[in-house]
Amino acid sequence: MQQRRELDQVYINRKLLNGQLDTPKWWAPTVTFLGVVVVIGLVVISIMINKGLGVTGLSRPVYWGLFITTFVFWVGISHAGIMISAILRLTQAEWRRPVTRAAELLTVFSLLTALVFPLIHAGRPWRIAYWIMPYDISRGIYPNIRSPLIMDPVAIGTYLTGSTLFLYIALLPDLGNLRDRTTGWQNAMYTVLALGWRGNPRQWKMQTVGGILLSALMLPIFVSVHSIVSWDFAIASAVEGWHSTIFAPYFVIGAVHSGVSAVVTMMALMRWLWKWDDFIRPEHFDALARLLIVVATGWLAFTFLELTFALYGQDAPEIALREMQMFQWPWNMLFIIFFLTAYLIPVPLWLFKRVRNNIAMMFWTSILVNVGMWLERFLIIVPGLARRTPFVYTWEAYRPSGVEWMIFIWAFAWVTFLMLLFSRFFPLVPLFEAKESQVFTDDVMIGRAKVPAIVREAD
Amino acid sequence: MSTQSILGLFHQAEPAADAMDGLKEAGFKLGTFDVLTGTPYPEGAFGEHVPQHRLFRFPAFGAIIGFTLSVFLTAVTQLAYPMVTGGKPILSVFAMLIIMYEMTMLSGVIATVVGIVFESRLPNMKPGIYDTRITEGWIGVVVTFDDDSKVADAESVLNKAGAVEIKHA
Repeated sequence: MQQRRELDQVYINRKLLNGQLDTPKWWAPTVTFLGVVVVIGLVVISIMINKGLGVTGLSRPVYWGLFITTFVFWVGISHAGIMISAILRLTQAEWRRPVTRAAELLTVFSLLTALVFPLIHAGRPWRIAYWIMPYDISRGIYPNIRSPLIMDPVAIGTYLTGSTLFLYIALLPDLGNLRDRTTGWQNAMYTVLALGWRGNPRQWKMQTVGGILLSALMLPIFVSVHSIVSWDFAIASAVEGWHSTIFAPYFVIGAVHSGVSAVVTMMALMRWLWKWDDFIRPEHFDALARLLIVVATGWLAFTFLELTFALYGQDAPEIALREMQMFQWPWNMLFIIFFLTAYLIPVPLWLFKRVRNNIAMMFWTSILVNVGMWLERFLIIVPGLARRTPFVYTWEAYRPSGVEWMIFIWAFAWVTFLMLLFSRFFPLVPLFEAKESQVFTDDVMIGRAKVPAIVREAD
Repeated sequence: MSTQSILGLFHQAEPAADAMDGLKEAGFKLGTFDVLTGTPYPEGAFGEHVPQHRLFRFPAFGAIIGFTLSVFLTAVTQLAYPMVTGGKPILSVFAMLIIMYEMTMLSGVIATVVGIVFESRLPNMKPGIYDTRITEGWIGVVVTFDDDSKVADAESVLNKAGAVEIKHA
């Protein structure tokens, strides 16, 4: 791993602020296109709210379909941020530096998107207010805090608030940098947002200590969020395929698998679109792929455990469900695609250094993982419900409607739109991290080999 | 007497550290001079005063408040609408624990962020003398004094250390 180049701070500023100081040519047409998709999606959502859930494919017995699958998917993606940012920060992994901001951002925007799905899935979103914040003392009606419908918003709200604050605190030095490089209204905006940042030792110390402290605090939240989301299913004792004690760790590790893969996708796009070859290097993809091999294999172990525990009891409905998931059309086709894309294709490929260092390969394999991980959630949620009732004629009744697919597409456009909008005003790669890496890294000669060495403080 | 400050700008860390040493030797008190950089340097790289902080108290304080509020919220909510389910106790401790945990953590995180901002001495809308080249890699040594007679001494120290430019405010 000797791909690091010595870069001066003026160059780092110019390259990493190219999204804010010089808008790239592709930015406006892309944002316009995504904006149109977002507006169409919002119109479709409005129509659905106006007409009711009858316009979806949801029907007895499948009341949770594409919307809840997509909700779980985006909560999973959100686990990228804290996994990358907090764990790698705590372990002082040097290769985290160009990745952290984008990963934290992905957490915030995917959580914001995830939250939309339970809301619209309720059919009458305004009624959710009564479930969550209904301290309507005059009527004596209070939320049922025993319900997962309360646990979910509390957990996701905590994670979203914490991640947003984490993102903002780590942005402060770069906001100071942007303040120094801009004029007019932009300068006024960055001056306010930078809160008077100057870069004295006290402020840098707080960045370091505070970053570690926040990472340590965010990690338990990160684990709890997807655990709580998994309990939405796991506590439903009447649904085969859902009622599982290992759902919490299974969901968390699955979320990390899909989240880190999403970060890989995003890093490849960032490198190509903003030409950040000096900052997002093959060695970063290599490190992420190694991490993904471990995570994916851990996730695979949980997948087998889940299956083993389900079948161990020789419970007839459970066996029937698994047969349906794996051997009956169209679930078997989905199951094969899921298994191939989530593990069997990408992980063996990542074993080869040539693939790990090939950005295009990493981009496509990371997309495959997320195709698979979305299908995994779909295969957990829908088949369990599809054969829930004793009335055979209602089984396999669910087919997502065009409205659901449009809202599904809207979610991807929405997250990308938000990311690009953010990139217009704030740097996606932390400048101070890139500069710190230059200060703390030097090349040392070992024999005749020049090797990059990283200096680390003792505490 | 009015508070004045000067800013010496340096290209490299070494002369900036020399300037900090020189200011100490010239009798300037700790806290009247500081170093400004565009990137974090190892602690003590400039021989600067290592700032003390109480950041670790903030999350603990926040967590205690969050935990107290969450106990109140979850217990009172159930007691206010006492719906008996399956003959079980009104207070469902496991469900309460989940919400209490999240609220405790949320409060801890918010308090930590408040602590980081407070201990960084932010927001500070009048941060004083500054130069935008600091975020381009230059290093600034800022000296603040109430006594005008010391300006010349400080300038002399900064120049001797190799300041590229000195700004007054």
